[in-house]
Amino acid sequence: MDFSQYLAGPSAALRLADLGARVIKVENPKTGDNSRHLSLKNMFSDGDSVNFQAINREKESFAADLKNPHDLQMVKRLVAQADVLVENFRPGVMKKFGLDWEGTSALNTRLVYATVTGYGTEGPWRSKPGQDLLVQSLSGLAYMNGNGDQPPTPFGISIVDTFTGTHLTEGVLACLVRRAKTGRGGRVEVSLLESALYLQLEGLTTYFNGNHQLPIRSKVNNAHPYVGAPYGIYETKDGYIAISMGSVLEVGKILSCEALQAYPDPDSWFPQRDEIKQILCEHLRTRTTGEWLALLDQAHYWSSEVLDWKQMSESDGFQALHFVQDIHRCGNTPLYTTRCPIHYNGELLRTQKGAPRLGEDGEKIIADFQLDGKEAEER
Amino acid sequence: MKPLEGYLVLDFCQYLSGPYAALRLADFGAHVWKVENPEGGDLYRSLNISNLRIDGDQPIFHAANRGKESLAVDLKDAAQRPMLEKLIGKADVMLVNYRPGVAKRLGLDYETVRALNPGIVYGSISGYGAEGPWASRSGQDLLAQSVSGLPFLNGNQNQPPLPMGVGVTDIVSGEQLVQGVLSGLYRKAVSGEGACVEVSLLEAALDIQFEGLTAFLNDGELPVRSAVHNANPYIGAPYGIYSTKNGYLAIAMTPIPGLGELLDCPALLAYQDSASWSDKRDEIKAILVGHLLGETTEHWLSLLEPADIWCANVQNWDQLLQTEGYRVLGMEQDAITGNGVPVRTLRCPIRIDGERYYNAKGAPKLGEHDAVYLDQVLRQE
Repeated sequence: MDFSQYLAGPSAALRLADLGARVIKVENPKTGDNSRHLSLKNMFSDGDSVNFQAINREKESFAADLKNPHDLQMVKRLVAQADVLVENFRPGVMKKFGLDWEGTSALNTRLVYATVTGYGTEGPWRSKPGQDLLVQSLSGLAYMNGNGDQPPTPFGISIVDTFTGTHLTEGVLACLVRRAKTGRGGRVEVSLLESALYLQLEGLTTYFNGNHQLPIRSKVNNAHPYVGAPYGIYETKDGYIAISMGSVLEVGKILSCEALQAYPDPDSWFPQRDEIKQILCEHLRTRTTGEWLALLDQAHYWSSEVLDWKQMSESDGFQALHFVQDIHRCGNTPLYTTRCPIHYNGELLRTQKGAPRLGEDGEKIIADFQLDGKEAEER
Repeated sequence: MKPLEGYLVLDFCQYLSGPYAALRLADFGAHVWKVENPEGGDLYRSLNISNLRIDGDQPIFHAANRGKESLAVDLKDAAQRPMLEKLIGKADVMLVNYRPGVAKRLGLDYETVRALNPGIVYGSISGYGAEGPWASRSGQDLLAQSVSGLPFLNGNQNQPPLPMGVGVTDIVSGEQLVQGVLSGLYRKAVSGEGACVEVSLLEAALDIQFEGLTAFLNDGELPVRSAVHNANPYIGAPYGIYSTKNGYLAIAMTPIPGLGELLDCPALLAYQDSASWSDKRDEIKAILVGHLLGETTEHWLSLLEPADIWCANVQNWDQLLQTEGYRVLGMEQDAITGNGVPVRTLRCPIRIDGERYYNAKGAPKLGEHDAVYLDQVLRQE
């Protein structure tokens, strides 16, 4: 049962659906999941945002007004039969309906109860809005990204929501593994802030043990504040090239960039990375990406072209992944989206089932789980 | 009881992605043996990321390998093979992050391993998948980001594509491997069957872009980064981080005219039509840039927070560590090496049954547990 909205919780339930679970979204009958109405680039299809449809493919929708005793009763009957419950309400909301961990585990001792919050359930931030950009900002993440002379630069995707959803799925699956042995469910809690901190595990560990020296982003084409030259993406005559970690001297030789021979000491490649990278910037502009890659590949130096989605989607490397799938709502034109990234016994986990319309599966769910009062009494 | 208590995991991985996955399994209670080459071990021990060494190894190595035990095995030495096969026979999970083809050469591919232990859950991370023209490329974070389109979402429009300043493809592929392995263990618990789970850096990079990619796959238009303080190429003004008189301020989605009133910025009142918040994003953000420089972050927060506008201070780690919001999480822990040296790092970010999982066991020295291993395996004979 997926009671959650927006991205973090629904993306966790999506992964469970990809792995084969039957997932029922329990939604408020008036508006449903708010992300039905929240679009990227104003893209809607069949009344719901395309974005919502990507996050909620394969799921079923059960519209229930938790303030209505009849609906709440049905929801509780469903809880009694569920394996997993995912929710991301503000602390206290589920308790009001008797649907908090204590209430639901009394109905179903095998239930795995999974909660996403913004900042945990204690402390001064517990009621602060849990939103991706804000958590990136509070957690220090934005100071890892962008060039040294830019303001802190957020990651250009909803990385915190996505990452938190991943953690939630792991906690749920771990509790299911344990349940197979013990017969009892469990409780899983994650927060956007804890996940955003964990995304910085390497940097924070270096910081804690290195006299709290803050990371310094490279002023020139920053790629990772802890890695020295030549690491980064550079402009070429006709596009861009990525040059990974390795010897500055070796790169200088491969690319015939004499000026780099002035940096023979590997210990200078971090502190003097900006000037080294500036030299590379100017040098790499003189020839095409293809010409540079031919030299670097021949020398087995870690490097790559830099593709935008158009170039990527036309490449054989991308097509070999079969990463695109088309999902359908009954009778509607297909929507194209990405598949689950996990391969299982050599198979891809794909689906054609699109996201549900609000309340679409109500009758079937009532019948399948005998949520109707009379049948339940007879039983 | 931690969820994976009693499970045995073999971690044959190096660098970040695979060891990071095995770390989560250790935090969930599994017993993790790190199987390392006797000549130097995991290359992450010595990777020259910073000049800092703790008890001989890089801080990042400690971060990704605490809670594990190290076993030095020369995988090419036939004399060591029988012992290794015994260990594989006892394991519940085995993780590798070799380039395609290498596992087979070492006799550690799934087919060979399954013959030794049919119930094993085998997890593998590659750079670009097992097939296709990129399969043999070096699987490295910056390179995987670069072919995935990710750097074109990050940074400002006038910049070259900007990679994300954290090893996201390593980290996310590690997380996805954990998901796959745990689902394999669940099915094994129910049906007894083992499984082979595969993920890759490239597919991880694509998965985290699924929102934008879905838009692109349906309209064919490439994303355009904001020229002014880009935060997400798909979200209109005011979404972004702005400089103030004394620091920075993040503002998420909110209607522009209302924001103009709260901030006393009349120029914003001209943007009544919500379509303009996307179409004229850079123009609106440029107005905000000029306006927000005039006062302190605290001043702006005092106007916006009472009105429930989604906004936040932008903190570096020094500032973050001073906050009560950070301290109540109790995210820090010391992992103690075999020589008694403490390494300050983060705990597992997932709470189970209301418990935060701390694990004081530090990362092992190369081959530190060889004797324990020999004793355990020999004793069983």
